[in-house]
Amino acid sequence: MATEHAPTASEYIVHHLTFLTNKKQAGLVDWSVFHLDTLFISIGIGLLAVFVLARLAARATSGVPGRFQAAVEIVVEMVADQAKGIVHSPESRKFVAPLALTVFVWIFLMNAMDLLPLDLLPNIWAAIYGAAGHDPHHAYLRVVPTADLNATLGMSTAVLLLCLYYSVKIKGLGHWIHELFTAPFGAHPLLWPINFAMQLIEFLAKTVSHGMRLFGNMYAGELIFMLIALMGAAWAGTVGSGLLWIGGVIAGTIWAIFHILIITLQAFIFMMLTLVYVGQAHESH
Amino acid sequence: MNLNATLFAQLVVFFILAWFTMKFVWPPIMKALDERAKKIADGLSAADKAKTDLQLAEKKVVDELKKARESATELRAGAEKQGAQLVEEARQEAAQIIAQARKAAEGEAAVAAQRAKEALREQVAALAVAGAERILRKEINAQVHADLLANLKQELK
Repeated sequence: MATEHAPTASEYIVHHLTFLTNKKQAGLVDWSVFHLDTLFISIGIGLLAVFVLARLAARATSGVPGRFQAAVEIVVEMVADQAKGIVHSPESRKFVAPLALTVFVWIFLMNAMDLLPLDLLPNIWAAIYGAAGHDPHHAYLRVVPTADLNATLGMSTAVLLLCLYYSVKIKGLGHWIHELFTAPFGAHPLLWPINFAMQLIEFLAKTVSHGMRLFGNMYAGELIFMLIALMGAAWAGTVGSGLLWIGGVIAGTIWAIFHILIITLQAFIFMMLTLVYVGQAHESH
Repeated sequence: MNLNATLFAQLVVFFILAWFTMKFVWPPIMKALDERAKKIADGLSAADKAKTDLQLAEKKVVDELKKARESATELRAGAEKQGAQLVEEARQEAAQIIAQARKAAEGEAAVAAQRAKEALREQVAALAVAGAERILRKEINAQVHADLLANLKQELK
């Protein structure tokens, strides 16, 4: 960013929190807008992950596995075990277990983008953007797709659709609708609206909390990385700023190490909740 | 925090990736895992079987050895018995032969003694006649006294 004046702290953060969009967002909800950075990075990572896995799977040997195959097998077996314990229909597991694997690997990798140096990709992008003759000040790039609410809610909505699909498929449409009105409180006609409202709230709460949990964790993590980066950027040749710089290095190290745990844990939680919700869709009240 | 069409794009991508994983990632890896599990199970049972086989073979070897030793003992005992029998038979035969030989020799000796006795008797008769002739100074007709001589011979028996 070849600027005449260094950006202020709030400018720096706002710049990092602005998405690369096809057009300006009008209002809180605008269905004509796409976050190009989120889509590009998440699709790129997703394709990379599944193609690497598919390549490995095509050459997987039942003899002595290589290290990479053994590592992937550990993850696959973990997911398969969890799926087996939570979703009791082998027929459903044929799709749900690979889906859980995709969720875990994909989200883990998207979260892991947080561990890249904060300005690495945005600066590269700004250079490209500037070289293309645009104003590099407006070269926005959000590197962590899971810190975009659209991405996480998109995935949790996909899980919701999956739950609805399996509810109808396993219980039958009639039985499922019957259950919507009679569970959890009982079959009395006076209770029908209450039951139905409860069910709607349950679905909504599940989906929103599912997406929000991942988004919130990653967004907060990203924000803290930005604040730590600001500590480092405070270097101005004085003793006080030098201490701040050292504090930035220490805090960055600690937070990055802690974040390794968070990105894995959040990917695991999202996967487990996906399995749990799909598993619940299989159970009758 | 803006909601927009990214959400639906992400939703669709999610299903496409999951479908791809279901189609091309999950089955081969699970197949490899199951095959390996089977291989290990087979290997373990083969090892177990080999162990039991080995034990059986060892037991068989011990049995065979025991049997061989027994039959060797039996053979030796039989051979010893037969040898003893042969020696016994030979001894008996030898004893028989010795007894026969002794009997034959005894018989021969008896005949020879008889013959010697006869000869002596003849000679004694002749000596008696010669003695008597000398005593009587007269010739004795042997023919006349044949009876006398025969009697004498008889007495000498």
